[in-house]
Amino acid sequence: MQVTMTVNGEEVTREIEPRLLLVHFLRDTLGLTGTHWGCDTSNCGACVVLMDDEPVKSCTVLAAMAGGHAIRTIESMERDGQLDPVQQGFMEEHGLQCGFCTPGMIMTGRALLDRNADPSEAEIREAISGQICRCTGYTNIVKAIQWAAAHEAADATAGAGEEVTA
Amino acid sequence: MATVEERPIGFGRLKRKEDPRFIRGQGHYVDDVNLPGMLHGAVLRSPLAHARIVSIDTSAALAHPKVRAVITGKDLEGLNLAWMPTLSYDTQAVLATDKVRFQGQEVAFVVADDRYAARDALELIDVEYDALPAVVDARTAMGADAPVIRDDKEDQTNNHIFDWEAGDRDETDRVFAEADVVVTRDMIYPRCHPAPLETCGSVAHMDAVTGQLTLWTTTQAPHAHRTVYALVAGLPEHKIRIISPDIGGGFGNKVPVYPGYVCSIVGSILTGKPVKWMEDRSENLTSTGFARDYIMHGEIAAKDGKIVGLRVDTIADHGAFNATAQPTKYPAGFFSIFTGSYDLQAAHCKVTGVYTNKAPGGVAYRCSFRVTEAAYLVERMVDALALEMGVDPIELRMRSFIRPEQFPYANKTGWTYDSGNYEAAMRKAMEIAGYDELRREQAEKRAKGELMGIGVSFFTETVGAGPRAHMDILGLGMADGADLRVHPTGKAVLGISVQTQGQGHETTFAQIVAEELGIPPEDIEVVHGDTDRTPYGLGTYGSRSTPVSGAAAAVVARKVRDKARLIAAGMLEASPDDLEWEKGRWYVKGDPEQGKTIQEVAMAAHGAADLPEGVEGALDATTVYNPPNLTFPFGAYICVVDVDPGTAHVKVRRFIAVDDCGVRINPMIVEGQIHGGLAEGVGIALMELIAFDEQGNCLGGSFMDYLIPTAMEVPDWELGSTVTPSPHHPIGAKGVGESPNVGSPPAVVNAVIDALHQSHGVTHIDMPMTPARVWAAMQGRPEPPQ
Amino acid sequence: MQVPAPFEYERATSVDHAVALLEKLGPEARILAGGHSLLPMMKLRLATPEHLVDINDLTELDYIREEGGEVRIGALTRHRDVLESEVLARHFPIFAEAERVIADPVVRNRGTVGGSLCQADPAEDLSAVFSVLKAQLVIRGSAGERTVAMDDFQAGPYETAVGDAEMLVEIRVPVRAGGGSAYEKVERRAGDWAIVAAGAALWIDGGTIADAGIGLAAVGPTTVHVTRGEEALRGQAPSEEAFAGAGDIAAEDCSPAADTRGPVDYKRHLARELTIRALRRAAAGALQQEA
Repeated sequence: MQVTMTVNGEEVTREIEPRLLLVHFLRDTLGLTGTHWGCDTSNCGACVVLMDDEPVKSCTVLAAMAGGHAIRTIESMERDGQLDPVQQGFMEEHGLQCGFCTPGMIMTGRALLDRNADPSEAEIREAISGQICRCTGYTNIVKAIQWAAAHEAADATAGAGEEVTA
Repeated sequence: MATVEERPIGFGRLKRKEDPRFIRGQGHYVDDVNLPGMLHGAVLRSPLAHARIVSIDTSAALAHPKVRAVITGKDLEGLNLAWMPTLSYDTQAVLATDKVRFQGQEVAFVVADDRYAARDALELIDVEYDALPAVVDARTAMGADAPVIRDDKEDQTNNHIFDWEAGDRDETDRVFAEADVVVTRDMIYPRCHPAPLETCGSVAHMDAVTGQLTLWTTTQAPHAHRTVYALVAGLPEHKIRIISPDIGGGFGNKVPVYPGYVCSIVGSILTGKPVKWMEDRSENLTSTGFARDYIMHGEIAAKDGKIVGLRVDTIADHGAFNATAQPTKYPAGFFSIFTGSYDLQAAHCKVTGVYTNKAPGGVAYRCSFRVTEAAYLVERMVDALALEMGVDPIELRMRSFIRPEQFPYANKTGWTYDSGNYEAAMRKAMEIAGYDELRREQAEKRAKGELMGIGVSFFTETVGAGPRAHMDILGLGMADGADLRVHPTGKAVLGISVQTQGQGHETTFAQIVAEELGIPPEDIEVVHGDTDRTPYGLGTYGSRSTPVSGAAAAVVARKVRDKARLIAAGMLEASPDDLEWEKGRWYVKGDPEQGKTIQEVAMAAHGAADLPEGVEGALDATTVYNPPNLTFPFGAYICVVDVDPGTAHVKVRRFIAVDDCGVRINPMIVEGQIHGGLAEGVGIALMELIAFDEQGNCLGGSFMDYLIPTAMEVPDWELGSTVTPSPHHPIGAKGVGESPNVGSPPAVVNAVIDALHQSHGVTHIDMPMTPARVWAAMQGRPEPPQ
Repeated sequence: MQVPAPFEYERATSVDHAVALLEKLGPEARILAGGHSLLPMMKLRLATPEHLVDINDLTELDYIREEGGEVRIGALTRHRDVLESEVLARHFPIFAEAERVIADPVVRNRGTVGGSLCQADPAEDLSAVFSVLKAQLVIRGSAGERTVAMDDFQAGPYETAVGDAEMLVEIRVPVRAGGGSAYEKVERRAGDWAIVAAGAALWIDGGTIADAGIGLAAVGPTTVHVTRGEEALRGQAPSEEAFAGAGDIAAEDCSPAADTRGPVDYKRHLARELTIRALRRAAAGALQQEA
């Protein structure tokens, strides 16, 4: 069957088997290997991408189901050479070690801040509770997302300040 | 612009050099490797734990239009590859021939055009089994009536593998006989699994024309694997290239050579195409190297209020093949460090290794070669003793610690601890925790029927294997090489033999060279993981990267610095003895303006002018570091738990960890390593278990059953540090990767026992302390983990 | 990672279309909504349907609204929306409490109320909630719609009253004054199925329990509706003794099985303990409402 969806802002059409999982469509068909997989039972969250701006486990979505929808992967986060604050936060706060869970964590972090610009520590921990990290023990992932929240707030304030003076 | 403080040239909190690719999703892991014409392999695994193979019919699979090859044990027998040596001098089946010996054992290998077709083809292979009784408890396996699992081995008439002892049994008996207090505990360190987020796999490419085998694979020990493949497959070692690209976590799971890797190589040889094999999560949990599975009987003795003796008998469950990785002379790894941090008068241990119908393994999951088991044993025994004596658990430890002036300390089982300052670390942990305040709070809560527990653990590890005279794996000495090249423009490339799986070697090893030479870390490229481009070494595990390869990196950088001195002396027309070093340059004593930077020396080393007599061109050096001893990091951990009296659910409220790993190359990375290991320890203590039923069915084969902590189950870690350098290590560093997994499970267990002892009389609960098992203990009926 | 066996894929454009497809394709066709129960089973090859009918475009089934003295929830409503629903929070706090401990936030973005109810896992939490709230379930087939009480919806583990060419379209919960509700769950780890879970609701009138609802998850082949406990509570004043009595009945009337999550006696203990805790908090909620 044929499927058409938007991936990182671009429309793509491919011939696929109905059973092809979205994670394999992204990795193997489109060559976007930034999204990973780590389990068989939808528990680990290494495969998290955004579908219509919401985090989903792409190992539990058929590529066919994603037809007509907008998918965003880690590859879309840097724009025009500018890292997303969430990506920057992970570097600033040592929020990654082996990097395998990192794309999924970054996508969920991004989606969280888009809905809630100032999440508490408890809210961050809950938001990432569907994703496993074996390396970091989570403390620095929380700090990374907090760094991004603080920096986006600061930029917003700075932006507002400029408007006032102008 | 970053300041010098933010971007230290040398040790310090340097942000990681490897991060830019990972945060963009541009890491290059084995499953990201895609080669033209690449095929996909899948392993057919046994559904039974113990059975004779009656027949295997692969015809339907071969007839599948997308299948290129199907390999069975019989096919491998023809190539003398059906069995391979393990890292413990045993043998392991690559593909089963006569029998299957654990559920999940490899039986056949399919090679197909894509991974979906390979998976479909597995269902087309018809295997007829004749079931045999399975034995999954090591104690039962030692019984006279137990089925013999390794009937493939000549002279094997039972399931016994080895007996090993350390310490002086007679002296220990004497000390126990004269003791004031003796406490006994039986405890199990249950089978758990490192479960890195990336599973194991390989892409094998045998080029038929050149005879070159390139294997991309998830390995923590690329050079050791290369040598093993040369020995096992009879391939010339200089034509084998192992590439360990980015690895998504190892924790010891990626040390062994797995049958799937061998099959991918055979598949590539047979089809003439690259073959990728990536295991799924159930394969990872049911067939790859598990951890622990030690059944221990411990006894501890006190005299005059101090700990004086410790003895332990252990049954070690090794699964169906003895495939543990540890130095040859230490079949139970470094378990004899069970003497811990205490100045004992005597100690003795005996370990008996046993076969069972379970996956092979045992040494994994940040265990430092069984130090996790040893530390658990001693720290639980010390708490049991404190309980019996009615003494505060910290007080008892303080009285019994090895004192600073006793180092280097020769313990009762043959180790020489390099350095330690235990009381300082313990006091620091107490301060961060607010220990006295916690005990007051506990008293108040107890009065209200609330169950709060405070658990302490103080561990001393032995890591950094090791001196080649004593330590080898499969006859390969555990020395590590390092090579350093400084280019004409002053940029450097450091080749190391260890392989990172997230520990940040690309940053920390650059920092070691930066510290020695004053070259900024961003000007130092660390090369690792490709056996064609790096010096030989035994790999990353047992926290050996910093103690051994870190030492090699420092030594090789010093060699470069020494050579630079000679060249600088020539350039400055001075005697080398008249030069002094400040980070980054040699200068003339008393005339600091007269100096040459390392970059200037590098250019001159490659330059056209003559060099001093006896000095060859280029600014390079190599070394192979043979460590004189192991290193002994230590730590003081305090865990605070709250147990729900109605549901028996355990919540870890706080966890304080003070670690002393000697000199810290990058405190940010050290802290990250500790955070991760603490989370693993909480998981082991509360929820992680690879269980089996009586038929040998593995009950922990998915992440629905093998539970790993999420961000909800762990607190914000509270860390502290003390620094007691290692006197024999070139930079005084000890290594720390495994310490948090060593020290944390006993702290959590001690905390839960502390919560429940007074109210419910609980004296021990085996891990994992799930709500059901805690509740059973509270009812006076503690249950075993399986 | 494991992958499903081959199948054919259809997308429904309306409820009637979905039903017609199910009829045409026969019993080897399964509905695909959130997919987080079905796809994992298919990847492990425990389920091998020949056809999947994707109903995710049927937004007409995605709603939570108040109508005629009821709250009506469309079957395609995502768990996340149930968690965040203001309407439900106002009338039935038990929904948010249960949703917070169902799976994880990412799975909740896709999983649906209908999907969970029709999966009918014995540990499924929303089934217990709807049992507590005495919901009615609306099923549509080619012959039209029929309504089934929650008690009659589950036939056994993984078996419901929904026939081959039918689909669940709506769940209706009656709204009454003076109510409070709560959910209690013990799990080995966030996102795990319950060891035991208990939901409770109380409607209090003039200081007396006018009606009660008690539903348990993971202690029987289906949701356990503790009707005997509800009877015992009616007419009593809300008190620790009353709750304890209901808890005792809950422990007696459930039939837990021993498994890796725990033995039978622990589960019965939890059934009692969690029922009492849920009733306690339901009462507090109801008394606030009354006031």
